[in-house]
Parts: sequence; structure tokens; C-alpha cells
Amino acid sequence: MSEKILSAKSGKDCHAGHTVVCRVDCALGTDGSTPMALDYFEAMDAKRVCDPRRIVLALDHYAPAPSRATGLLHQRMRAFAALHGILLWDVGEGIGHQLIVESGRAWPGGLTVGGDSHAVTYGALNTFATGIGSSDLAAILACGRMWLRVPESIQVALVGRLPKGVYPKDIALALAGKLGADGAIYQALEFSGPGVAALDLEDRLVLSNFAVEMGAKNAIFPADDKTFEYLAQRAFLGNSLAPSQAVDPDPHASYVREIILDLDSLSPQVALPHKVDQVIKIQNEHEGARGTPVQMVYLGTCTGGRVRDFHQALAVLKAGGGVAAGIQLVVTPASRAVLEALSRDGTLAEFISMGAVIGTPGCGSCCGTCGAIPGDGVNVISTANRNFKGRMGNSNSAIYLASPASCAAAAVAGVIVDPREVLP
Amino acid sequence: MTMISPESRLELSGRARVFGDDINTDYIITSRRKRESLDPQILRQFLFEEVDPHFAASVEPGDILVAGNNFGCGSAMEVAVTAVLGSGVRAVLAPSFSRTYYRNAINNGLLPVICDTQGIREGHRLLVSHHEKMTVNNLTTGESITADSLPQIMLDIFQAGGLVPYFREHGDFRV
Repeated sequence: MSEKILSAKSGKDCHAGHTVVCRVDCALGTDGSTPMALDYFEAMDAKRVCDPRRIVLALDHYAPAPSRATGLLHQRMRAFAALHGILLWDVGEGIGHQLIVESGRAWPGGLTVGGDSHAVTYGALNTFATGIGSSDLAAILACGRMWLRVPESIQVALVGRLPKGVYPKDIALALAGKLGADGAIYQALEFSGPGVAALDLEDRLVLSNFAVEMGAKNAIFPADDKTFEYLAQRAFLGNSLAPSQAVDPDPHASYVREIILDLDSLSPQVALPHKVDQVIKIQNEHEGARGTPVQMVYLGTCTGGRVRDFHQALAVLKAGGGVAAGIQLVVTPASRAVLEALSRDGTLAEFISMGAVIGTPGCGSCCGTCGAIPGDGVNVISTANRNFKGRMGNSNSAIYLASPASCAAAAVAGVIVDPREVLP
Repeated sequence: MTMISPESRLELSGRARVFGDDINTDYIITSRRKRESLDPQILRQFLFEEVDPHFAASVEPGDILVAGNNFGCGSAMEVAVTAVLGSGVRAVLAPSFSRTYYRNAINNGLLPVICDTQGIREGHRLLVSHHEKMTVNNLTTGESITADSLPQIMLDIFQAGGLVPYFREHGDFRV
């Protein structure tokens, strides 16, 4: 599927291993990557943005600005966007990746990239999506194109259905454990199999988002009714920028590796500090995750901050009778639309009544640049995608990664437990 | 800026500074440092502070980073390349890189060399050379390691001194 999209975008019949220059349908810059991109853009002597309709900027990593320096970065981005007629999502709108998906800027057969590694998320929509740095973003601002090496593909076949208490994040963590943090370097993950149809689009976003934690260049799902239903509910911008053209794998497509994941037999997983691929089953007591005390529970991020994530977490919290004493529960919706939905359906009020701290929609505490920073010796269990030492702003804390339900179960028990022990 | 072309020789020599597997960009330079400054001369003071607190004070211009698998994984932040360049390091050797780090390195004129690094120890004297093929000579042990060559477009960008000078010259990608 990746070969087909890159062939269409480069105008060349390309195959894995080729390097091609592609026209980019849409590119995201965040406050983490754009200020440096503007430095490169100016140093390139570029005067105008090639196609402002295809660029969008998000103020999400420092939201709201926690310092004067970040406030100045935001001012610079707002001024650049206004000067060149570029759409800018300001502080509080949410995480750029979530907004790209919500606003219909990633579509079947499209090429959407982002100045942030988690741009791989959009692959859930049958888009070729990958992360870039600031210099590549500057080149796209200047000429609308980028070079890409066409990746080989790893087929990940999903079979069966997730049992009760087991969620898409558990699939993502299990896959990271199986492949390792470098198991898919330079390669594409191509999801397939009967298990895909059972996953809603928001579930698929969780899996594609996590692909970069295995080193993957991109992750791509086939397009089906759920893809088109999701797009139909949104202001679909695809056709005004480039035609939506769903791609399917060839029947005889070649893969460098084929992995089968049996969802029926999957159980809740947890990634131990400080490696995303050090993944074990929560119920495995011998390896020491279950029973570990936690002091902070974090619900949010571009992989775990959507409406259904909060619904899954709330169901566990309610079944367990609320948050245990001594636990700080932090809730950070991925976007304003998510916050509004949680507000409308009463979820937000329930979290507040349980003592949760509600953060500004955005990247929040995930990379330690704003939001709640854990203290020394604190164990955090989080719905995020990274648990590197110091990731949340304090290298004397430890981060466990798990599903929203598993995080909520830890909030109930005060220690890491299998959410099926809490759910009725 | 170091120049290489198929005809001209590239030679970089320096002292090995050794790291392990899966060194992510947050370990190279943390996001919270980037938050306050993008200046490589400021950021270089905090290089590898999470994993090797003595590195920033002891790095010398010309040192060569030698790492294990998956160097530069995690965030795509480009300061993880420019801060390294700011310290005077001109090349990184690893059996594999995260693709974003590899791209960012080429785009800024930091030479990423894909090669077997198992036999290299802290302080070994290395000579990285490129004429027809990329080779790493370990002057301390006498071992010679053959490395992957750069594909043409990356060679062109690197040869130009990075993506900025490349764009100043061409205004677009030339293939």
C-alpha cells in the first residue's frame, strides 16, 4: 500500500528501497518543530510558502505557554501564519495530530506528514503518514515536496476479537514487546486480517500512533466502511487538495516479515520503565508489575486522549468506587472537541467529582514541557506512548504505560492491577 | 563544512565516545531544555545529561559518537542533531538509526554512518573515510569496518553542507 501511495505522489512507479521526491498533500508543524523550521526557511532565502492551504500549525507542546521563551515562540508562529495565510490551531485547540484527523486533513491514499514523530497516527485512515524534522518542514514550506525512501512492509495480521477488559493499547504494547523498539526501523507496518474490521477508527489510531515506538516509518490500515463513515462525519478537505484514492494491498504483495496477533488470547499489558518495548502482562506477578504502587495516573496524549479512552477509564473508576487516596489523577483531552464531548455527556463532571485535575487540550505532561510534572520517586501510570527516563520532566520518576482501563484500575487500587479485577 | 563527493575524499578522525542501544532524542537533549532555547551553543551544555552527566563537560571538537542500535529514536526533534553539532561532533556511528534522526543528520551536515560498532571502545581513535565506499578504521585496534554508503540524494544534500545550502543553490529537490 505504501508503494502505491508513494508512486502516485512521486509520479514514478516505485518500489521498496527506491528514493523518490513526493508532493505532500498536507503538512503539520507544531510549536515543538516550527520555530526551528522558520529559521531554516529564512536561511534558505525562501520568500513565500509554496501552498499555504496544505500547511497547518498547532500550538500544542507548550499549551498554555509555561514560560516567556515559549510565549515568544507562539507569537512568532502566529505572526508567520497570519502573514502567509496559514491556518493555526492556537493554545487549547488540542494536539495537532488529533486535529489533523478531526479536520479531515488525512484521507485514503493521501500523503500527510507532520513535524513530530507521532504523525504516523494518520495511517489509520489509509494515509501514508510519517514524522519529519524542522528542516524537512522548511523544505515543504518552500517547495511543497520532500524526498522519501520507499519502505519495505511488515504485515501485521490481526485475528479474533479483543476480550472484555482488553483494549487497542494492549495490542499496541504487545506488538512493541514483540517487535522491539527498533524492530521496524525504516519499514512500514501494514495492518490486515479479520481483526481489523472489528476495530473502530479511533482504535486504529492507537495502533498506528504506536508504530513509531518500534521504529516504523509509517503504519497503514486498509480503508473500509468505518474509514469512510468517520470521514463523512467530518469537514472532509481531502478532495479540495487531492483526490481521495483508497489503496489496497496487492494479493501477492511481498513482506519482509509477517506477524499474526491473536486478539482473543490477549490480556492487559504494561510497559515497564524506562523502555517502551519492555512489555509484560499485568497479571504476570513473577515479573513484578502487578502490585506496584503508583502516585500519579495520567489520561491523555495523542494515543490515549480521545473520547472512548476517557469512557473506558471512567467505567473502571465507577466500577471500582473512585480514585484511591494519595493518587493524583490528571485528565488531558486530546482536543477541544474531545473536551466538549466529555462535557456534554457528563463524563467531565464525573472526573471532576472524583478529584481529577483537568488539563488544557494538548500534549500536556507527556514530554515534560508543561502540565503536571511528577515528583521524585513517583511512579506514574500513563496512557501515553513514551516512558523514557525523565520524559515527563523528572528523571527521578518512573513511567508505566498501559491502556486507559488499566490506568484507571491503578487509580482505584493505588497499585497496578489487571482492570478485569475491577470491572464487574 | 566537511565536503564529500564520489571523487573527493572525506576524512574525519577523532576520539570515540561510546553509548548503548536505544539512545532516544530526549536522552540526547531533553524537551524541557529545547523549550527554553534552540541555540546549539546553549543546548550543548546539557547534552546526554540523563544518561551521561559528564559528557557535556568532556566532549571535544572532533569527537565521534559511537552508539548501539536505534540511535536517535523517539521524538523527531532536530535540536538532537544541532546540539551535537554545536559541541563540535561531526559524525555518529551506529548499526542502526531512527529514520528521523538519520534524515535530520543529513539535512544539517552531521555524518550518520551505519556500521558495526561492537568492537569500538570509549577513547579509541577512529578514522572515518569515504572514497567510493565508507570505511571506519579503528586506529587503536587496527580493525577496519566497512559501512553503508549514502544514497545519491542524501549524498547531494550532505555534500552541499545540508538542506539549507542545498536549497539556496537549487531552490527545490533535484533528482
